[in-house]
Amino acid sequence: MTEGVLTALTGAAHTARWPRVAVVAATWEELGDLLAAGTVDLVSLWAEESVVHAALREGTATAILSVNATQGRFPSLGRHHPPALRLERAIQDLTGLVADGIPDGRPWLDHGRWAGGTGTSYEFLPVEGEGLHQIPVGPVHAGIIEPGHFRFTAHGETVVRLEQRLGYTHKGTAGLMRGADVSHAARLAGRVSGDATVAYAFAFALAAEQCAGIAAPARAQWLRILMAELERLANHLGDIGAICNDAAFAILLAHFGALRERVLRASSAAFGHRLMMDAIIPGGVARDIAPDGVAAIEALLATLHHQLPRLVRTYDETNSLQDRTVSTGIVRAAWARQFAAGGFIGRAAGRDFDARRCGAYGGYDELAFDVPVLEAGDVNARVWVRIRELEQSMTLIAQVLQRLRAAPWQPPIPLPAREGEGVALVESFRGDVFLWLRLSPDGRVAACHFRDPSWFQWPLLEAAIENNIVADFPLCNKSFNCAYSGHDG
Amino acid sequence: MSKLLWQGLLAPLTEPAPLADAEATAALRALGRELGAATRRRLGRSLAIRELDAGSCNGCELEINALSNAFYDLERFGLRFVASPRHADVLLVTGPVTLNMREAMERTWRAMPAPKFVVAAGDCAVGCGLFTASPVCVGAAEKVLPVDLRIPGCPPDPTGLLRGLLSLIEANQ
Repeated sequence: MTEGVLTALTGAAHTARWPRVAVVAATWEELGDLLAAGTVDLVSLWAEESVVHAALREGTATAILSVNATQGRFPSLGRHHPPALRLERAIQDLTGLVADGIPDGRPWLDHGRWAGGTGTSYEFLPVEGEGLHQIPVGPVHAGIIEPGHFRFTAHGETVVRLEQRLGYTHKGTAGLMRGADVSHAARLAGRVSGDATVAYAFAFALAAEQCAGIAAPARAQWLRILMAELERLANHLGDIGAICNDAAFAILLAHFGALRERVLRASSAAFGHRLMMDAIIPGGVARDIAPDGVAAIEALLATLHHQLPRLVRTYDETNSLQDRTVSTGIVRAAWARQFAAGGFIGRAAGRDFDARRCGAYGGYDELAFDVPVLEAGDVNARVWVRIRELEQSMTLIAQVLQRLRAAPWQPPIPLPAREGEGVALVESFRGDVFLWLRLSPDGRVAACHFRDPSWFQWPLLEAAIENNIVADFPLCNKSFNCAYSGHDG
Repeated sequence: MSKLLWQGLLAPLTEPAPLADAEATAALRALGRELGAATRRRLGRSLAIRELDAGSCNGCELEINALSNAFYDLERFGLRFVASPRHADVLLVTGPVTLNMREAMERTWRAMPAPKFVVAAGDCAVGCGLFTASPVCVGAAEKVLPVDLRIPGCPPDPTGLLRGLLSLIEANQ
């Protein structure tokens, strides 16, 4: 086993980080057992026409296995490994292939409203027992958030089961990328999930550059990391404030919200767009940082260094807040491992994984930073991981500003039109975004697949809310902050 | 803790209001005449907004949320977000209206009492944006509901959103 099952399955030592190997159905079945045993992590699962691909990780080894669907059918992995279930349901909806033996074959993204739709009826899982009642919530929620449906079954105030139904924001983004030129597809990638637009554009650019066999100029690489860390700061600040607000502590929302606004303003000053959309492009970055951008970011860091410790102390020392966040919505370490849950959700439940360190892409291997990991798995642990990550992002930004001085501006490198495949795993604020890309000989997109970290986080919310009270759901949900659009695609 | 409270009192972050979008105000005035004085009297300077994500990437939601931070402080203008469409005067729509959200959008609008306005915010809701060719999107908000005001941008920044929403109030005076 030390040699690694993945190496054995892929049959040879590969130089590529993500070798893609065609396997027969029997090997695919074997893979189901390995996933179930926890030997191998499922990173993603997708299909194009009649081929199904599984991206896998075993320790530091990564690979993609591909199996041909025969007569439109392939063996279900979800039968052995629940994290594969929703991905297989999505494959069935989007390609018409059938996952043989799938224990839950209900449609997922297809709500029966697409051309040739199958009808809009949807059976929620049955929940039986005395004194149970159901609370349907959504798709339109009370706040300014994305649409999705939550079906609670409660016993008094206690949640007995939560079942999610997603797919409301499915826009067919991957389908729109097929046949598009790389720059248009990059813009689409930047709109898979607006809050992670930098991470998605980053992942798309890395994958496209891998296809083309080029690397972005040094300065562009540092600017990308700078943007990615600004995006992480903005999201963590906004979400920590919002979590406190959901625990009825509005003053921290006000202060964290103001800090988030300062990050967006500095981002706008430096890169011309508050969310930095379309700033990362294949071949580099769209433009150099603005002349006063560095000063704006340095001023931002000074403000954060001054204000953040006080806000964190207030979070830590306010009993009424701690009363809500400690021991609420616990994600067990075993669940985080089984689902290979990324981001602060996994890291707050003992899963020590961060694509910036484990994948060391784009220049992160030259920078010093810690990956905070906690064990408790509750709302409080998720908040603390994000507080620690704020501090790490601030040190990363300071290091990048140093590096920028020695890296002169170079325009983006044009991508040569050539056939190829590329893979990127980029750490968004929410967790690892996986993106696989194939370019055709004319340099246009032949196929693209992206997997938001939420695919492996949403199911854990269903598990974590069990036995909590209904009133704590907003708090738990916010502490997860899974993507809707990012998930729906 | 007390320092945090003092900080808010001593150095307010809130910025002056941007000017209303004059062109939009004029167009809305014309609409206001149609709606008549009764509408204006009923709504006055206060508008309750129900935000509806009809399939956006959430970029618009981030900026709409920012309207409530200390810098923009939306509520000082009599504009506020409400949870229920039954309490809303304005439906603020984002996204390229996915087929999966169309019914929810129509039902939300139907749940709102008249008089009511529909505002399309962001390039997707205004004109379907990058998703024009998508077979699983209906398209711009106006394909589903009568749109009174359009605020373009990808996403529109909070100042742009404020200018648009203020023009709604101006037009009602």
